[in-house]
Amino acid sequence: MIYLMCFILFSIGIYCILVKKNLIKIIIGIGIAGYAVNLFFILVGYRAQGRAPILAQDQVIQNMVDPLPQALILTNIVIGLAVTVLIVAIAIRIYEKYGTFDITKIRRLRG
Amino acid sequence: MFELYILLLFMILGAIIAVEIKDLLSSVIAVGAVGLGLSVAFLILKAPDLAITQLAVEILCLIILIRATIRRDIPTLNRRKEVVGSIIVLLFIGGFLFFAYLALKDLPSFGHPIMRVSQNYLAEGLRKTGATNLVASVILDFRAYDTLGEATVLFTAVIGVLAVLRRIGRKKVDEVVKEEDE
Repeated sequence: MIYLMCFILFSIGIYCILVKKNLIKIIIGIGIAGYAVNLFFILVGYRAQGRAPILAQDQVIQNMVDPLPQALILTNIVIGLAVTVLIVAIAIRIYEKYGTFDITKIRRLRG
Repeated sequence: MFELYILLLFMILGAIIAVEIKDLLSSVIAVGAVGLGLSVAFLILKAPDLAITQLAVEILCLIILIRATIRRDIPTLNRRKEVVGSIIVLLFIGGFLFFAYLALKDLPSFGHPIMRVSQNYLAEGLRKTGATNLVASVILDFRAYDTLGEATVLFTAVIGVLAVLRRIGRKKVDEVVKEEDE
């Protein structure tokens, strides 16, 4: 059930990418889809009544959550930031050249 | 896990607002709310490293997106919507959700991960790497090449931004026209 809510979040991002005509809206859709994917990996790695995967000196913790997806998603978050910055830079450049964010107009302007 | 459902509902509502609102600045701020909700969700799911990283990245992302939208005074696009395209996309998304629902039955249920690989990391992480934070031991020791690749991607993105937004060495508009005439 909670997986399905995560997938709904992903579909909202996909809808935004496919339907909207504004470049900034498309960037926002990509970001929302990325959030949903990150959240899904962490949800898969969660263990019921789990503890954070950090060892303590004075006690033995048995039920740690899965550290592997957390490590992968830590990488993915930073890469998502880099990708967003690159797309925004390209969008700003397009705005300087064509004076609009509307992709249908840009297509008409020999884009 | 009651609070997790509420948080996910909040994120879905924020995403719908971000997609459907007319004003671009409000849309950017709504997506910032979604990202901060995701940070709290990571905290509830016992991933504190991820929560910190997501918080920092989200704020940076907000600043950059606001830089892209502010002072552009973009008129809201008042064109009639393309109904057919929207309906096709909605049908596609409905099919996607249906097949996702069918496929989710094969996944391990929520709260019971398989952990075949990470059992090893949990058992031997301290002895092999000496790191008490096991996430750090995975990203910096067991899978350090991932982090190397991440650094490469970051460097490439910075180079790309500098190349796209540079002022020096760019051709003037007249020169481009002249070249095309020839």
